[in-house]
Amino acid sequence: MSAPPVTDALALPRGSAFLGGLRAGATSVFMVVIVGSYVSIGALAHDLGFPLLWVVLSSLLIWAAPAQLILISALGAGAPPLEVALAVGLSGMRLLPMVVALMPLLKTPATRARELVVPAHFTAISMWIESLRLLPKVPRAARIPFANGIGTSLMSGAVAASVIGFELAQALPSLLVAALLFLSPMSFLISAVRNARVTADRVALVVGLVLAPLLAWRGVELDLMWTGLIGGGVAYAAHRFREALR
Amino acid sequence: MSALGGLAPYALLILVGFLPNEVWRMLGMAFGRGLDEDSEIIVFARAVTTAILTGVVGKITIFAPGALATVPVAVRIGAAALGVAAFLLIRRSVFAGVATATAAIVAGVLVFGG
Repeated sequence: MSAPPVTDALALPRGSAFLGGLRAGATSVFMVVIVGSYVSIGALAHDLGFPLLWVVLSSLLIWAAPAQLILISALGAGAPPLEVALAVGLSGMRLLPMVVALMPLLKTPATRARELVVPAHFTAISMWIESLRLLPKVPRAARIPFANGIGTSLMSGAVAASVIGFELAQALPSLLVAALLFLSPMSFLISAVRNARVTADRVALVVGLVLAPLLAWRGVELDLMWTGLIGGGVAYAAHRFREALR
Repeated sequence: MSALGGLAPYALLILVGFLPNEVWRMLGMAFGRGLDEDSEIIVFARAVTTAILTGVVGKITIFAPGALATVPVAVRIGAAALGVAAFLLIRRSVFAGVATATAAIVAGVLVFGG
């Protein structure tokens, strides 16, 4: 039995799925968002005294702007490491279902588990949305290098932007640095407003925004962990309540 | 942070940054299948991460780090509110919202002083 013809196949540059992925990443609308967020993260890291190499490694290893913002702002403010680890860990929970959804698109019967480690590491909201959108148009055997290409492209943009932000924070006047620092939290806030599809998301958004500064002001330890658990719990309860009313 | 110096920041990067984040990706790989985007546990997980994320935004806005601390807190809160309003009013464009919030920080300091 022959495979059904792929009618809307993506034109890949001569046989190279990885190059095709690089190109898809470079031209993605997410590149703009990533560059903006990472210029901001680079500037923040410089302002709080982290070395440039540390910033670059954090983008390569963590590759999740929210986790990096938490890590840099919390460590920079002198928060205890355990508290930072818990907040970063809770912020990363969303990656699990994303990776779970991506894997069946990448796998072939011949795929080895270790081939999936790299695309799993590249999984972040930007790469994930682009992969889910484009991979169905890519021949199955070419999907892993294609996804790795998207990830490499977006991550390179992030690293370059963070270096630029780091250097800008040295050169720009304080007011413009302040504006740069404000860029990534605002892009997260407004993206969260846009992505709030269901009741639970909206409640979590508002509770988090109000609760975290309140807990921090009262000097409550593990403020971000409590914000996540209480905000998530209240939001989930609101979601169940709404479902029950239907 | 610079007070720690040496390799300590790199050890922290691995232990409290990389590992607690990466574990979810590796678990997702091991999990394989069987999680529906709309399943209850996913709704809860997404709510937790959303609350943490906006929590960080709230903390940064109120207890601003670095150069942002030179901007008065009322300007920071006003700029964030203007950003969200601009997003809602200008075709739900994230770019319009972020650009407005950032410009409002600069304008706020120039008008009301830093």
